[in-house]
Amino acid sequence: MQTSAQEAFDNLKETVGSPTVDNPKMQTSNVDVFYGEKQAIYDVTLDIGNNEVVAMIGPSGCGKSTFLRCLNRMNDTIPTCRVTGNMSLDGENLYGDDLDPVLLRARVGMVFQKPNPFAKSIFDNVAYGPRIHGLASNRAELDDIVVDSLRKAGLYDEVKDRLDAPGTSLSGGQQQRLCIARSIAVSPEVILMDEPCSALDPIATARIEELIDELRENYAIAIVTHSMQQAARVSQRTAYFHLGKLVEVNSTNAVFTNPQHELTENYITGRFG
Amino acid sequence: MDKLHLDQHISHQFNKELEDIRNKVLTMGGLVEQQVTNGLTALLEADYDLATLVAQRDVEVNKLEVEIDEECTHVLARRQPAASDLRLIVTVIKVITDLERIGDEAEKLGRFSRDLTAISSDTPSYRKELRHLGELVKSMLRDTLDAFARMDVDAALRIAERDEDVNREYETLERLLATHLVEDPRQVSKLFKITWCARALERIGDHSVNICEYVVYLVKGRDIRHTNFDQIRSEFMDNP
Repeated sequence: MQTSAQEAFDNLKETVGSPTVDNPKMQTSNVDVFYGEKQAIYDVTLDIGNNEVVAMIGPSGCGKSTFLRCLNRMNDTIPTCRVTGNMSLDGENLYGDDLDPVLLRARVGMVFQKPNPFAKSIFDNVAYGPRIHGLASNRAELDDIVVDSLRKAGLYDEVKDRLDAPGTSLSGGQQQRLCIARSIAVSPEVILMDEPCSALDPIATARIEELIDELRENYAIAIVTHSMQQAARVSQRTAYFHLGKLVEVNSTNAVFTNPQHELTENYITGRFG
Repeated sequence: MDKLHLDQHISHQFNKELEDIRNKVLTMGGLVEQQVTNGLTALLEADYDLATLVAQRDVEVNKLEVEIDEECTHVLARRQPAASDLRLIVTVIKVITDLERIGDEAEKLGRFSRDLTAISSDTPSYRKELRHLGELVKSMLRDTLDAFARMDVDAALRIAERDEDVNREYETLERLLATHLVEDPRQVSKLFKITWCARALERIGDHSVNICEYVVYLVKGRDIRHTNFDQIRSEFMDNP
């Protein structure tokens, strides 16, 4: 007899599909996250591989952003937040005592939903990270890093004549690419993106998506998105979260043509489950 | 088609669009089945009026194909369907191509009815053999459309097996005709026409198998074309 979607969820002991990969950049296993008494994430195991984009999808409140923020310890800033389980970057424990969260965030960069450039010039926005991490020993080196990062973010040609203009003077799409340039400038190994295109028009979105695809050559990327089409377009693997559990993770092609779990099917086809 | 839960989208309009497409495919299937029945009857009974009707109604089949194709394109463009919805649209686009071709074969049967009657009484017309082959193919098509309507993988796989019977009958008839041809080469034109009729029936069997394969894709998400059917049967059938 076929069980209801809710029963299937209640009985979900293990994530459907393949949460682990052969060449992981980041590994997480049995992760639980609590906000005070309330548990937000239940027993999530998920790898992020080298040179791949993992898309995390699911309804609001399913824990995908919470999980993403654990990957560079952004949740440390929330006093009631408690994370248990294993999370590592190149085998190094993310929550180990000897790991400096500031250095971790340089290795695992983050791009947010709303572009948030500093109230500084375009140049200084990108130069900020390299300066505080001491990545450039002189002005020429700093210039190189800024230009290189702006180029990688696909923004350089549009701003090369006005690097002194305020970052906030750019359009929304340009600001978001500036924020991506800013996170690239500190040579991260992983880039986390939390709905990076939700405030952008389709053309700016297409540019960012193109950029994500190019960045994949050098970085591991995890992206949280509410747009299923975006997940389908940019990612190699897709993870579906529901009420704090990781229900299914599989190749994006498989998830969007033949999802294995009824809840995944209901969500991506717009059915009420 | 309950298994697909077509009525459970948050968007009622989307439910309606998919339901409409599904209904039109079933209508087209029914029409094509009727065309095959009429085409075969026209052929065997030398009923020219019926043959004319079959030719006329082929226009309706073609029109439905274009209409359904267009509706599928709209759904792809506007809804970007995924998972079972996507498989339904892909399946429908393929099924209606096969249905349209079955329609063409039915029309062909009607068209040959005049030629078959023209065969002189001293030449066997092979009506009995054609009738037998026709009945096999008709029941195969009917059950295929049923399996599609009910999303029945088990039935689809069983029906596909029956194509071997059709092929065997066809080959037997072909051998008979070849022997006859060697014995009496003057009949070449007539014998060829009979072969074409048999061939049309045999092709309907092949198209039915294609539709059965799409049913498996739709329900199970597995493309079983050009694969080992024995393995597929043991995987998907209750009693292979």
